[in-house]
Amino acid sequence: MTKIAFTLNGQPAEAGVGGLERLSTTLRRDLGCTDVKIGCDAGDCGACTVLIDGEPVCACITPTAQAEGRRVETLTGLHTGDPVMTRLTRAFERHGAAQCGICTPGMLVSAAALLRAVPAPEEAQVRDALGGVLCRCTGYRKIIDAVLDWQGRDAPEEGRVGGRVRRVDGARKVEGREVFGDDAAPEDAAVLRVIRSPHHHARFRFGDLDAYAKAEGIDLILTAADIPGENAFGIVPGFIDQPVYADGTARFRGEAVAAVVGNAALIAALDLSRFPVTWEEKAEALTPDAARLTGDLHGGRAGNVMCRGFVRKGDAGAALARADVVAEGTCETGFIEHAYIEPEAGFARWVDGRVELTGGTQAPQMNREALMAILGLPESAIRILPTAVGGGFGSKLDISWQPHVALAAMGLKRPVRVLYSRADSMSSTTKRHPARMTVRAGATKDGKLCGFSFEGVFNTGAYASWGPTVANRVPVHAGGPYAHDDYIAKSEAVHTHCVPAGAFRGFGVPQAAIAQEAVFDDLALALGMDRLEFRLLNALDNGIPTTTGQVFDGAVGIKPCLEALLPAWHEGLAKARDFNAKGGVLKKGVGVACGWYGCGNTSLPNPSTIRAGITADGRIVLHQGAMDIGQGANTVIAQIFAEALGVPLEKVELVGPDTDVTPDAGKTSASRQTFVSGNAARLAGLQLRSELLRLTNCQDGIIGFDDGLTVAAEGVTHRVPLEPTEGYALEAVDSYDPPTLPLDENGQGVPYAVYGYTAQMAEVTVDTDLGTVTVDRIHAAHDVGRAINPLLVEGQIHGGVAQGLGLALMEEYIPGRTDNLHDYLIPTIGDVPPITSHIVEVTDPHGPYGAKGLGEHVLIPTAPAILSAIRHASGARISRVPATPDRVLAAIRAAKEG
Amino acid sequence: MSLYRPQALDRALAFLGEGPAAVVAGGTDVFPALGLRPAPARVLDLSAVEGLRGIARAGDGWRIGAATTWTDVVRADLPPLFDALKQAARQVGSVQIQNTGTVAGNICNASPAADGVPVLIAMEAEVELASHHGTRRMPLCDFITGPRKTDLREGEIVTALHLPHRDGARSAFGKLGSRTYLVISIVSAAVILWTEGRIVSGARVAVGAASPVPMRLPDVEAALVGRALSDLPGAVLANHLAALTPIDDVRATAAYRREAALVMIRRALEGLGQ
Ligand SMILES: Cc1cc2nc3c(=O)[nH]c(=O)nc-3n(C[C@H](O)[C@H](O)[C@H](O)COP(=O)(O)OP(=O)(O)OC[C@H]3O[C@@H](n4cnc5c(N)ncnc54)[C@H](O)[C@@H]3O)c2cc1C
Ligand code: FES
Ligand code: FES
Repeated sequence: MTKIAFTLNGQPAEAGVGGLERLSTTLRRDLGCTDVKIGCDAGDCGACTVLIDGEPVCACITPTAQAEGRRVETLTGLHTGDPVMTRLTRAFERHGAAQCGICTPGMLVSAAALLRAVPAPEEAQVRDALGGVLCRCTGYRKIIDAVLDWQGRDAPEEGRVGGRVRRVDGARKVEGREVFGDDAAPEDAAVLRVIRSPHHHARFRFGDLDAYAKAEGIDLILTAADIPGENAFGIVPGFIDQPVYADGTARFRGEAVAAVVGNAALIAALDLSRFPVTWEEKAEALTPDAARLTGDLHGGRAGNVMCRGFVRKGDAGAALARADVVAEGTCETGFIEHAYIEPEAGFARWVDGRVELTGGTQAPQMNREALMAILGLPESAIRILPTAVGGGFGSKLDISWQPHVALAAMGLKRPVRVLYSRADSMSSTTKRHPARMTVRAGATKDGKLCGFSFEGVFNTGAYASWGPTVANRVPVHAGGPYAHDDYIAKSEAVHTHCVPAGAFRGFGVPQAAIAQEAVFDDLALALGMDRLEFRLLNALDNGIPTTTGQVFDGAVGIKPCLEALLPAWHEGLAKARDFNAKGGVLKKGVGVACGWYGCGNTSLPNPSTIRAGITADGRIVLHQGAMDIGQGANTVIAQIFAEALGVPLEKVELVGPDTDVTPDAGKTSASRQTFVSGNAARLAGLQLRSELLRLTNCQDGIIGFDDGLTVAAEGVTHRVPLEPTEGYALEAVDSYDPPTLPLDENGQGVPYAVYGYTAQMAEVTVDTDLGTVTVDRIHAAHDVGRAINPLLVEGQIHGGVAQGLGLALMEEYIPGRTDNLHDYLIPTIGDVPPITSHIVEVTDPHGPYGAKGLGEHVLIPTAPAILSAIRHASGARISRVPATPDRVLAAIRAAKEG
Repeated sequence: MSLYRPQALDRALAFLGEGPAAVVAGGTDVFPALGLRPAPARVLDLSAVEGLRGIARAGDGWRIGAATTWTDVVRADLPPLFDALKQAARQVGSVQIQNTGTVAGNICNASPAADGVPVLIAMEAEVELASHHGTRRMPLCDFITGPRKTDLREGEIVTALHLPHRDGARSAFGKLGSRTYLVISIVSAAVILWTEGRIVSGARVAVGAASPVPMRLPDVEAALVGRALSDLPGAVLANHLAALTPIDDVRATAAYRREAALVMIRRALEGLGQ
């Protein structure tokens, strides 16, 4: 070990160098710079960006030794020491440029380097400067806006419902103070690493583990034999089928078989290739077709079919037979990786006979239930303390890191931490289901839909996860937000030797929309109708039964969404026509697609509980259990609560989703938090308000703060008499469960209390010599019922559009081949075009202040709209996404020949 | 475990002479390749060695120091002969990667898709190698022997690249990828031309990511010589690219690469003809 000296954030610093330490590790582990984030350890994400002598570099691939004698700057130092950064962070907050915040330090540091050299940059310069930092949440547009407007001023903000307010947890994200999964562990924590199967399917046997542990100085090795409870977890009752550690047979590449635990330096230097395990490879089935022909992965699931979903209304066969035009299309999608920039991370400790887990999750209470079974502990013996989450999008609903460190902390009675490597994360956590879907749809001469059938086979991977949910949700949604009299939709989820597919923004609906919308384009084409007019003509509406026979009487917003696009649509068509008339290899096109999404669980109870209290000295505390995974629940739920209670937002103090003190607000999934938890927060707020009014004998009044709480009514200000007590002087706990009804054997019923609606339009340019596609602009119309916070709504739209663009053009996860962020491509700042958001507000009677959910709708129409535009521009009908240049070029050729 | 970061070249070479060691320059290939595996026991860090950085005239040609970063290339004041190299430099990964990644690192890593390599091959670069036994020089196209394989010998490092000067030469580089930044080339093309009047008197054309080692295409070059600058694209025909041996992988099919290579060459020529 030699010592090197350098300047860190203006102060002298020293570090020991013994070899090829990564500067990121040195900064985080030895020098306390947890504002330097780790997303990949490979230069691919830029989260670890720091400045060395003023130039941005990835700390994760810079040898610590190279810092010697130089100036190293990180976000925290820049934020306090550099006036440019101070203003830039405010611009980030103002524009909502940080969602989860895990990419934010890298973005800010890279932008500061640019702004020091070029105080008034062009947008292209901003893109070049930030091109090395990936963001999975924001869609980058707000980041570009913030950098361009870094010298701008804050405008006054209104924190009530409908107010464009910055997020309540934004400051700590932009100042590098946010605590994520890997930022919380105590210094003395032992480190855990998971041993994973290198084969898709294999039998395995361990050698002498004790001898190995002893020889290497490892404190603990965990395998299936060390699980005190059930070696199984999952989501849906009846489908709890995934082991924490595989027991003799590994069913997918990346499956955990064991874990090693020891002190940090030892584990870092450990060569896991010598771990004593022998593998016997078995035949693998990576596709549903192959899986039907091989042995069953799970007993009782014949032909590897895990489950099926079904919805039938009217007689699709007869309608298709009498339709004037019928179109049919088959389309395939691959695994899609969530690619949040924060890999799974957290730590566990053993405290007074209880396990405490601190780290990232989307579903603290569900995690606790799963851990009860695995650890064999009662609920009271498990505490989950969620940290901020650096992106989730569905995958962090399932447990991943939690049981490993919990078991280790129980065994060693000391804190144990884990940080998944990018390869761990990508190879072992859930993905979007690959699908092969066939749609047939008919229409009459006058353009009315006449029969629709959907069949989809979904590769659900080795274990169930959320597969049953996908199988149920897809048949309900597969027809899109249209008026279908005669409808049939079937889905089938099939096990393979692949990583489990689970929940990902949209639960299978985005895949189905790709197949359905393409066939609707075929119909419009066959009828000689405008594609948007065709959709308007067939749009679902109030009073028209949905695919499940549910009738709404006022909350169906798809028509207003389509209408919002009309001006841009006609302009886009004209622009494309004029451009293409000039000839040349570049061709422009426009495309349109719709989406809908039921908020909350499908026909299942789905309650949220919110607790709030007022202390004797008048502090208002909201126990906000709805996990904020970057989408803004902390802000939105607080806004709703503040509105109901009648106090300014800044008076509301938040207590996070610690399972010891905050009740279950349900999981952050299915676009349910604004709608379900928002309702619970509204009820809790109203309850406290009526208490305050009762205590002051007022009918109504204005709540004020004057050395305690007051209520002003009819010109008189009443002091609220609050007894000094230990806890809260006043407390409210309220729940909301959306009204749904079970689906019958034909899938008819009331699966959701509320749907959200969306229509999007894409403008693209296709290079017909290379097959490359440039998306020029997306117009996104979203019926959100009521925009509780338009700034955050736009943030969700942008982020969803970016993910939809990735799905359309570049993303495909191939097990064992793309376990990193340079082979698995997500959009960079240069790939996401300007996005015009149209917020449509068709209020919902069930929603809090009329609000519907939004989180998933945002990406449903993006990919089909882009594919529609590619076809309009070039004739290429894409039947396999992503539409990579080679596929687009082949489809252009096929269209010319056909 | 030890890491040695000397300032003097002869000390670096002496260290290598004492026993095998891993060499690191920018680290942008070394770290991702290492992943979570333990680092090698002996490491030589070249980033502080004097005289390894920068681009300058040397004799009747040019010398690029081995540890010259891509950002150094972008910022250097150079004639149009280097436009292609600058265009490649700007498209290597991201600003972060350009700030640390080096020219020699790109060559020694020997990826078929390395963006610097087709340009340097088209520029007819020679590699200068040194060890404690002495120095030698060899053409870059012979130095890289296959994917991830070079003729680098035990105890040897690359100290520089030498390029012939071409009076009045112009050059262009194009890279095709599935996204804008941080992308490995599906295919890339580099073109260097020099002229008498408006007529091409010499051409060097190389393609990346379409053969195990980026390669020059003599048939394309021959088709260009004697042509007017304004009608170059049409002179290149698909059969001139027959020597390429692209593969199918996650980024594209082999057939696509072959076609795209032709388009990329034509587009580079189009730009140069204006
Ligand atoms: C996120 C990311 C994006 C990237 N994008 C691109 C891209 O778009 N295009 C592209 O071409 N490359 C890209 N790369 C690869 C890499 O950045 C380049 O190849 C870079 O030029 C390597 O230089 P380096 O100094 O960092 O090499 P290092 O990692 O330090 O070394 C690479 C190899 O070369 C050897 N080596 C280095 N210098 C010498 C020397 N002087 N003598 C002998 N051996 C030596 C090392 O031992 C090692 O084997 C990318 C890498 C990352 C991480
Ligand atoms: S680039 Fe360093 S952590 Fe991703
Ligand atoms: S805000 Fe950028 S990754 Fe979440």
